Amino acid sequence: SPPLYDHLFSCLSKENLIPCPHPSMVEKGTNLLRKMEINVVEAEKRTGKNTVNMQETYTVYLIETRPAETVPEGGTPATPDTLWRRYSEFELLRTYLLVTYPYIVIPPLPEKRVSDAYLEGKVKNLYKFKFVWHKLSADNLDPDFVERRRGGLENFLLRVASHSVLSNDEIFFHFLTEGWRERVLETGFQDKADSRLKSLSAMFRVKNPDKRFTALKHYCDELNTVISQLLRVRARVADRLYGVYKVHGNYGRVFSEWSAIEKEMGDGLQSAGHHMDTYAASIDDILEEEEHYADQLKEYLFYTDAVRSVCRKHELIQYELEMAAQDLTHKKQQKEELATGTVRVFSLKGMTSKLFGQESQEQRESRLAALEQSIQEGEEAVKEKNTECQEFVRTAWEDIERFKEQKDKDLREALISYAIMQISMCKKGIQVWSNAKECFNKM
Amino acid sequence: MSGQTVPADFSGHMLDLDEDEDLEVFSKNTSLADGSSMPNSPSSLVNQYRLEEDEEDQQYASTKDIFITVDNPESHVTAIETFIMYRVLTKTTRSEFDSSEYEVRRRYQDFLWLRGRLEENHPTLIVHPLPEKFVMKGMVERFNDDFIETRRKALHRFLNKISEHPILSCSPHFKVFLTAQELTSHKKQGPGFLSRMGETVRAVANSVRGLRSRPEEFVVMQEYVEDFSNKVSSVDKVTQRIIKEQREYVDELKQYSPTYIQWAGSEEMLAEPLKGVASCVERCGKETEDQIQHMSEVLVPALHEYVLCAETLKAVMRRRDNIQAEFEAKNEALASRKVDQEALQEEVDALADRVELANNALKGDWSRWQSSMRHDLRSAFISTAEKNVEYYEKCLAVWESFLLSQRVEPMEQRDGEDVS
Repeated sequence: SPPLYDHLFSCLSKENLIPCPHPSMVEKGTNLLRKMEINVVEAEKRTGKNTVNMQETYTVYLIETRPAETVPEGGTPATPDTLWRRYSEFELLRTYLLVTYPYIVIPPLPEKRVSDAYLEGKVKNLYKFKFVWHKLSADNLDPDFVERRRGGLENFLLRVASHSVLSNDEIFFHFLTEGWRERVLETGFQDKADSRLKSLSAMFRVKNPDKRFTALKHYCDELNTVISQLLRVRARVADRLYGVYKVHGNYGRVFSEWSAIEKEMGDGLQSAGHHMDTYAASIDDILEEEEHYADQLKEYLFYTDAVRSVCRKHELIQYELEMAAQDLTHKKQQKEELATGTVRVFSLKGMTSKLFGQESQEQRESRLAALEQSIQEGEEAVKEKNTECQEFVRTAWEDIERFKEQKDKDLREALISYAIMQISMCKKGIQVWSNAKECFNKM
Repeated sequence: MSGQTVPADFSGHMLDLDEDEDLEVFSKNTSLADGSSMPNSPSSLVNQYRLEEDEEDQQYASTKDIFITVDNPESHVTAIETFIMYRVLTKTTRSEFDSSEYEVRRRYQDFLWLRGRLEENHPTLIVHPLPEKFVMKGMVERFNDDFIETRRKALHRFLNKISEHPILSCSPHFKVFLTAQELTSHKKQGPGFLSRMGETVRAVANSVRGLRSRPEEFVVMQEYVEDFSNKVSSVDKVTQRIIKEQREYVDELKQYSPTYIQWAGSEEMLAEPLKGVASCVERCGKETEDQIQHMSEVLVPALHEYVLCAETLKAVMRRRDNIQAEFEAKNEALASRKVDQEALQEEVDALADRVELANNALKGDWSRWQSSMRHDLRSAFISTAEKNVEYYEKCLAVWESFLLSQRVEPMEQRDGEDVS
């Protein structure tokens, strides 16, 4: 076994913990991230044959893991273990987690494909200005897109690794280290995934949903809408700001040409022109940083889907409970009718017995017995389902509270870092225009 | 500055009289075509003008002896037309003026007339341009408030530029413009339309003949004028483009704040910081609008004026060339014809003098103009740069106060982690 695995075991055994595949048996609060450094360090293009035996190019990402121990003075950190994974493998991992922990808000993955908005931004900028913000090519192999995705994938892994429940999952551990594919398929989660997909897309009405989940669903809808809008506005504002800065670059060019024909004004104009060039160039870094803010928002946009998924699961369980309870009630009523001879609910059996004569006492008793059995089973089912439902609500709501706290903290920090970015941009502006003013003074 | 009539930005700038060549012009005892007398002595002129920085415009007041304002545009409706009349207020201590204060009403046509006469009488002096007759692009109506205000400011600058010109401000037409209650009668006097036509015809004829050789300094000047015209037009275009982009930016920015507010409505803990960001973005939007306004009011008019100046310079160069061409033509005729030598000689001599006058006038005015241009554009650029610094400083303060409200130290916290 790889050294990291040993190390991990030794770390865990130090704290008297045994790695266990079943999440509920591990002590709460253990956090894989405390034991292990995880980085998605780079990306590479690969070509290979796909499932339909066609040549395709795809990107793989290098995952580096290393025990998270303090490095002694003058020492070098241990060489990390590495392996390559492609995006579809991350997707598979996430689906496995979704199915295995339906009560957990599973961290989202970064976008699968280059979105239309991303493409639009590229094309527009190339068309309008000579200064090109991004190259025109924009597919899944586009280096900027790949880089952003790399960061998003790393973020995903870190989120999972810092989750008290998810981080203890053995499959996740193997994803990071080796040999996960056979193991994950062994779990048979694919079947669960298919049935889950079916049930999630089914239309059903729940009579008594937990009000908290209903409110949460509404909140997610609102959050999804508002973040989408914010991202759209941000992109447009960034586009415009880019234009403003880049046009100032023209000042640089013209001032330089103008300075050539002037005597006294020449120097001042020339140097002012340089500052205009600096100003125009500064927007690239500024907007690059702002993309980070957009990514933070986008993560929570995708998180709303994960939360809605948990709500949906609750509805499903609740629905199943209601169906089971309804079924039980129905059976009990049937028994009552059979026992008392009254027909309260229409049944074909009842009608036919009226038309074709009463059944024999033996027949009735055997039917009663069968019903009794069925009722007992039904009561067991309802009890089970009730427990399942309560347990789900309890564990889900616990994770939702955790998620809410995380969301409030992360987004507040995002807003603060946005403010810091704006301050940095203002400081750059002050610098450039103060310098320009000095140059104009010399004109 | 004591003169409430002189605005802080453009007028009130000073000549740079470190160059001796300016003094040379005024030491010649020549009389000008319109019969006005030269100012008394070069030294009195020197005393009137000093090198000045923008901030010290206040001191200018003590040496400037004429203050002109153009204000109070009013609509005049007659049976035939509607036009705007501007009030022209003059306060002066100059002895040529009978009174110390004059108030007249003038329309744009009157300004055109004045400038026409000044150019006619001083063909190779650089007469400051007037705002254009009407704006083609943007389809601005003649009676749109912004248009009227822009024009008013330009007319104001025009008169002040004339009043600062050592020769032009002594023009009798200038005086009449400032003082006569009724201008119509004065407009009819003097070389009229027909003579101006004749002048133009001669000019065309001469240009067809072509110039023998332009003196080197005017060749250089011509090249400069061409280049300057290109450059200043480019800067003007770039500036207009910047304003356009800024306006579009502000429009998009306006959507930011309501979105953050909407989000705040769904949140509990996050509501306060979200509203904070919303308010910051809104305030920055307003500051941007201020900045756009400033650029439109300061830099754009200044650049535009010098775009028009470039055209004026080209016209001046052409007129100088024509004067030289006329002389050369007659001189050639003198060389070939044997008869009427005496009469022709007199004519040729007069033309030769005219050429010399014209050249000297231009040379003298050239450095004055360059100085003026440098000062005007420098001050406009400085003002713009200052405003931009101010803009960023204000936005900086807005965001820093937000950070303070979040109890974060406004220093370099790159990871956005809480500072305890």
